[in-house]
Amino acid sequence: MIELNGITHKFGKEKVLEGVDIFIDRGEIFGLLGPSGSGKTTLVRIMTGLLIPREGEVKLRNQRMPKRSLMKRFGYMAQENALYYELTAWENLDFFSSFYLRKQKKERMKYVLRITGLLEYRNRSVGSFSGGMRRRLSLAIAMVHDPEILILDEPTTGLDPVVRRSIWKEFHRLKEQGTTILITTHSMEEADKCDRLAMLRAGKVIAAGSPDAWKREYHTQTLEDVFLHFGGEEA
Amino acid sequence: MNILIVAKRILRQFFRDKRSVALMVVAPGLILSLLWLVLDNDSRTAEVAVVEAPEQIYEQLASGKMEVSILDEKTAQKQLNDADIDALLKWDENRPLLILEGSDPTDHQMIRTSIQEAMGLDRKEAVSIQYWHGSEDMNFFDYTGPVLIGFFIFFFVFLVGGVSFLRERTQGTLERVLATPIQRYELVGGYLLGFGLFTLLQSVLIVLYSVYVLDMYMVGEMWRVLFITMLLALTALSVGTLLSTYAKNEFQMIQFIPLVIVPQLFFSGLFPIEGLSSWVQVLGKLMPLTYGAEALRGIMLRNENLGDLQWQVFMLLMFFAIFTLLNVKALRRHRNL
Ligand SMILES: Nc1ncnc2c1ncn2[C@@H]1O[C@H](COP(=O)(O)OP(=O)(O)OP(=O)(O)O)[C@@H](O)[C@H]1O
Ligand SMILES: [Mg+2]
Repeated sequence: MIELNGITHKFGKEKVLEGVDIFIDRGEIFGLLGPSGSGKTTLVRIMTGLLIPREGEVKLRNQRMPKRSLMKRFGYMAQENALYYELTAWENLDFFSSFYLRKQKKERMKYVLRITGLLEYRNRSVGSFSGGMRRRLSLAIAMVHDPEILILDEPTTGLDPVVRRSIWKEFHRLKEQGTTILITTHSMEEADKCDRLAMLRAGKVIAAGSPDAWKREYHTQTLEDVFLHFGGEEA
Repeated sequence: MNILIVAKRILRQFFRDKRSVALMVVAPGLILSLLWLVLDNDSRTAEVAVVEAPEQIYEQLASGKMEVSILDEKTAQKQLNDADIDALLKWDENRPLLILEGSDPTDHQMIRTSIQEAMGLDRKEAVSIQYWHGSEDMNFFDYTGPVLIGFFIFFFVFLVGGVSFLRERTQGTLERVLATPIQRYELVGGYLLGFGLFTLLQSVLIVLYSVYVLDMYMVGEMWRVLFITMLLALTALSVGTLLSTYAKNEFQMIQFIPLVIVPQLFFSGLFPIEGLSSWVQVLGKLMPLTYGAEALRGIMLRNENLGDLQWQVFMLLMFFAIFTLLNVKALRRHRNL
């Protein structure tokens, strides 16, 4: 579903990504890990076609990005909340969903607001929202058109365990339905729930595999130890 | 369709932000009112055409404070109509008739007295006087009013439009919107439509206030005035959003005002630049406000129709089209589709 071939990118002279190859199947939940500044967000923006890499190609559904017909196939949640603070949650959601939906717009809007626990706050302006509520609204916007592919940059950072659980339940439901989900995360607990993981460091994929395989391979009980194993290896 | 979605959102945001709305409508009204209190007449060398005058009268006139030319009736009337000359002196059944152009801020009283003096006449009644455009009570406020209306609309749309596009970029919503299936031209079009509708309201209020409350001189049709202010507003918006790409924050946007906005005021005809060297005049020709101001003056002071103003309308459309295309191009930095 998502295919990255030899992605290399530089900002000015600084090399941010180097020869990244990632293949994600339909219906997979794929976790992208890595220390801060390792290039996760950059890679995500390249997948959405917002950033054109210096080298390499991105394919979604076997078609090369950037391509306009592919833009409605994925839902994107950026690391920074991109919301209009003067408008209410409902108006924000309405604006973004209007690019995709017509007939079932209202039902879908209500549905994603319920999943993210924002239904009762829908008429409040986003300016008066807490950080976590803004995060949830961004996620609701990414999911509203029920896309085949979800590309989510740290979707659950700053959320409480209750909301987090409800969101993960929805991720698994979507997975059953065949949706492909890519998330970046710093939470090892969440990484554990992914089907497959890739670890990025200094712009390179230094490990890839399923959580259980990693634990076996590195003889540890937790993913945290795996992460520290990679992170501490610096030299 | 996507254009409408963007436009609707912009209008919603606008009416949430009451202060900006007030700024765009109340501030121009306030400044126009202050100007109305302050402005008075001023003067410059008058240009007078003489038709079929005795040689000695021509010489007498030319020795005065005026520039005098001899023209045939038809050319003279045409020049008077285009406000190229300030007055026309001709003989009507053996009586001198002075026709004052009337829409330029010349001291009409001065022209009248010097002509009477030159002809050796004491009594006012000897020369009959008519106004071609305008009337006796038109003053500097009426003359500069149309320019200022154009200026304020340009200024506030430039600023508010530029800042909202900038915020869209710094907040990340621009990038987020470009991650949807929208086309770049649809985003720009939505901005133009949303702002266009809002500035239509703004223009109506400013023009009505100027004409009916401040009693600004206005002989033309309202819809023509609004058509021109609309063109000016759209040009201002496209210039503002384009320049906002080169600003990192709101403060840098403000820095464009002395560079882009203020010079336009100087060259747009608020101060007469006819006497200046030609390269200075060329500068004025590169500025959208020049054409907007000329057109507004033509409509409000001389009741010209859009046919008379096709050059100005054409130039405004050109500025608008070029800057809009550049905007669509500039968005390539964010998405190459
Ligand atoms: N627009 C940009 N211009 C220049 N450098 C950039 C830009 N965006 C990111 N970088 C650099 O690229 C590198 C990777 O950044 P990126 O945001 O992809 O990291 P990340 O893995 O998402 O980090 P985090 O976990 O903190 O979100 C960093 O060194 C950053 O400084
Ligand atoms: Mg990041």
